[in-house]
Amino acid sequence: MRPSLLLIIGKRVLAALPVLAGVVVVTFILTRMLPGDPAAYFAGQVDSQAAIEEIRHAMGLDLPLPIQFLHYITGLSQGDLGRSFSTGRPVLAEMLDRLPASLELVLVAVAFGAALAVPLGVLAAVRQGGWADQAVRVITTAGVSLPAFFSGLMLIFLFYYLLEWAPSPVGRLDAFSEAPPRITGFLLIDCALLGDWETWHAAAAQIVLPALSLGLVTLAPIARMTRGAMLAALSSDFIRTARAAGLPPRQVLWTYAFRNAVLPVLTTLGMVFSYSLGGAVLVEKVFSWPGVGSFALDALMQLDYAPVQGFVLVLGVLYVVLNLGVDILLVLADPRIRVEG
Amino acid sequence: MTLLDVDRLSVEFATRAGTVRALDQVSLSLTRGEILGVVGESGSGKSVTAYAVMRLLDPAARITGGRIGFEAQSLLDLPERAMRELRGNELAMVFQSPRTALNPIRTVGRQLADVLTAHRGLGARAAAERAVALLAEVRIPDPERRASAYPFELSGGMCQRVMIALALAGRPRLLIADEPTTGLDVTVQAAVLDLIATLVRRDRMGCLFITHDLLLAAELCDRIAVMHAGQVVEVASAATLFAAPRHPYTARLVATAPRRGSSIAGLRPIPGSLPDLRAADLPACRYLARCERALPHCATTPLPDAGEEGHVLRCHNPL
Repeated sequence: MRPSLLLIIGKRVLAALPVLAGVVVVTFILTRMLPGDPAAYFAGQVDSQAAIEEIRHAMGLDLPLPIQFLHYITGLSQGDLGRSFSTGRPVLAEMLDRLPASLELVLVAVAFGAALAVPLGVLAAVRQGGWADQAVRVITTAGVSLPAFFSGLMLIFLFYYLLEWAPSPVGRLDAFSEAPPRITGFLLIDCALLGDWETWHAAAAQIVLPALSLGLVTLAPIARMTRGAMLAALSSDFIRTARAAGLPPRQVLWTYAFRNAVLPVLTTLGMVFSYSLGGAVLVEKVFSWPGVGSFALDALMQLDYAPVQGFVLVLGVLYVVLNLGVDILLVLADPRIRVEG
Repeated sequence: MTLLDVDRLSVEFATRAGTVRALDQVSLSLTRGEILGVVGESGSGKSVTAYAVMRLLDPAARITGGRIGFEAQSLLDLPERAMRELRGNELAMVFQSPRTALNPIRTVGRQLADVLTAHRGLGARAAAERAVALLAEVRIPDPERRASAYPFELSGGMCQRVMIALALAGRPRLLIADEPTTGLDVTVQAAVLDLIATLVRRDRMGCLFITHDLLLAAELCDRIAVMHAGQVVEVASAATLFAAPRHPYTARLVATAPRRGSSIAGLRPIPGSLPDLRAADLPACRYLARCERALPHCATTPLPDAGEEGHVLRCHNPL
């Protein structure tokens, strides 16, 4: 059992390497193909041709593309993601600084989505045609047609501007709170660890709206997959056996049907989490959330290549790690995989 | 004493394509220690009858008439809670395709323990021990080790033994076996049948044995009920049924059953097929269209009972 688990992990990591290599190449080429001249952009006021050329040389942008790429991957192999021209700091440091903010946002969003969509999907499957089933149908249609940044703006308008329930959307903490010393970088966890509940509440109040707008998008896929998987499980032969054996309905539903249905739901959760990391970019912008997404977006606007490349690469690595995590969970939850793997 | 008494049971299914009259006035009775074979083509209503007795019919099904007596109780009148107490306890069922009929991600020992906990109120430890004993009872070698196996780690025959152990867990008085040997190797089939027969005799259970295989039923069962298109057409002892079938359909079935010395060329199929049970104008006798002995009033006059004592025969013009 253990060796096969290690084997699966090893296989997945190996399979991820070409994907990551592809990500590196594609983002490098894409950023170079962007319209605009970063050297001219950074020269700013001093737009004499000589000054621009000098900046271009300093940035290494006058070198042929293959040489630039070679420099880039040489840096990468040493853990150097390059330097951001706009902030002047190494991209890796910027990313590590901001990543917890993004991850915290996406985690809360997906947790919210799962907490609502999984029970809803189960209920929809148990009572087909009932109110939960109708709700799933509405969510599935509406969820697709409502982008997160738009629902974010609507939520701000409603809960901050009209109702004044939510604090102003100025990032992870309002102006009156001070961030705790960094332990994990996740404010909710750090405050809880330090017992600073006042700041914890401030941070929680800040994260509700962005997490909600990001989480709304996740409802549709989670609810639909839960409903489908539960329907399949409930109509399977072993549920009939469990009923014929007179097992209590609760045990039939949760221990027998749901535990079998949860396997595809886990896979969906992993996928939704990855999508949300990408989807968070605009939500972070709307809520001034100091995450990697808004940082990369700003960098993109300023033709600052390195952070954009770094962002996509970090996302790629996260995606791989996440799917690996889901695979491990599946192996632990489903005994059948252990033999096949 | 009568253990199970199904009396003029009628069941309909509401489908998109119309109402399927799946069972029409089905009557069967069974005493303790007796094995009653229910034989018929697929679609004849054998399984629907079994599910109706267990009250596990699809939500689309509706019982439109009749009653089901189990000892002194009327099953159709019991609240769902009381019915659940009976299921797995006094009524038990063994299904076909045992591999898919067991929970794939739960060890067979746990699945057995679940039933024991639900009905016997056993603690985890006692239930686990009892589960191993049950596995031994259905002659599974090395039951301690097998108890921690998942269904996919066991052979089909082994899974069916687990299913039987699951059914036996509550020491039922009625065992319904729905094609329990379908999909198993012939040698395994014989062992499973032998196991069922032995256990039924030992515990003096009543057993409703559903199969499409007349020869198999003849070998195992005391009496055989022949079903066709949702109707019971003839019930008699296995010997009588083979020696002197009186319903034209039974006669055909007996004639089609291969026996020693018969060649493939000598086998005769039954002409025609089951009538469409959605039709609004189903004749009183649903075998009418396939019957060579049909009389003009067969279509309209309700089925008679033309048999003598101990022999149910529902035909206007029997052999």
